[in-house]
Amino acid sequence: MKKVLVILLLAVVGFYISETFFDIGFGNTHFVQNDQIKPVKDTYLQQTVQTLKVSNTVTSIVVNFRGFDTLGEVTVLFLSVTALGSILYKRRHHVGERSVLFSASSIVTSGSKLLFPAIVLLGTYVFIHGHLSPGGGFQGGVIIATGFLLMLLAYENYSVSHTNLAVIESLAGITFAGVGLLGFMNGGTFLQNFLPGGVLNDLFSGGVIPIIYIAVGFKVAAELTGVIYTVLNEKGEYNG
Amino acid sequence: MIAFILIVLLLVLMLAAAVYAIVQKDLLYAVIATGIISLVLSILFYMLQAPDVALTEAAIGVALTTIIFVITIRNTVRMEDESDRDKNIKSTTK
Repeated sequence: MKKVLVILLLAVVGFYISETFFDIGFGNTHFVQNDQIKPVKDTYLQQTVQTLKVSNTVTSIVVNFRGFDTLGEVTVLFLSVTALGSILYKRRHHVGERSVLFSASSIVTSGSKLLFPAIVLLGTYVFIHGHLSPGGGFQGGVIIATGFLLMLLAYENYSVSHTNLAVIESLAGITFAGVGLLGFMNGGTFLQNFLPGGVLNDLFSGGVIPIIYIAVGFKVAAELTGVIYTVLNEKGEYNG
Repeated sequence: MIAFILIVLLLVLMLAAAVYAIVQKDLLYAVIATGIISLVLSILFYMLQAPDVALTEAAIGVALTTIIFVITIRNTVRMEDESDRDKNIKSTTK
């Protein structure tokens, strides 16, 4: 009886979801606004180059046209990191000792010391040039977190300050939301691009897009470094 | 034509790695196989002219997820075994 009820419920939900999806009309090349038919992709491509002066269309869509979605993505990442921290970071001010099977050799330690600045520089490059070349805040942040991971694996007593990470993350998040609120200037909307576009292919172009992507890069790097640090310092309580 | 053959080969490699990850009882090997899936997927994204997605997949799928899984395996159990699971359940309900 229960199973029949569940199947019936799922069928009703599925019917309504599929009906909604059929109404959307995926793959349409046009949308109607003010009784005018406008092609979607052409509008995006034109606006990206002519108004925003951004060479990477993916970035302009992610940060400018769909900026609110990106804020939601950042929030999702923040929530998942908070949940992980609340589960694993039990003892305040006393993180468990890192379990080390065998210490890293001198080749590994000096190699990681050599590679660490290069990796951080690459990550910074990727998120600063998010509007010019492939990449952006998320990718750059993850690359920087990988650099910290390398150092944490190579050095047994390398530690990251949780307070600093929290401050960086909060400041970056506030910057993102603050830039979004500044969009209300001149009677705009939330996350509106209020700065001038500048010259195409310039480092300082695209209005608020570089500012937002730098904030996102710092935020993602701090969050993922915190995750790795917490997971690494989790004491293996189960001895299988 | 060469690109098409390469794409088909990479897809087959991805499928093989995925099947290996499911069948393998040693979880460390399974995690490395999932890393290979992500690596091949990022190459495919690059070949299909999506460099942004390829960067994301390479950074997150290959590096971060694999390492976090490896750390988790080191702190828990390595072999996927019925007796291990029973022991685990017993130790948590104790």
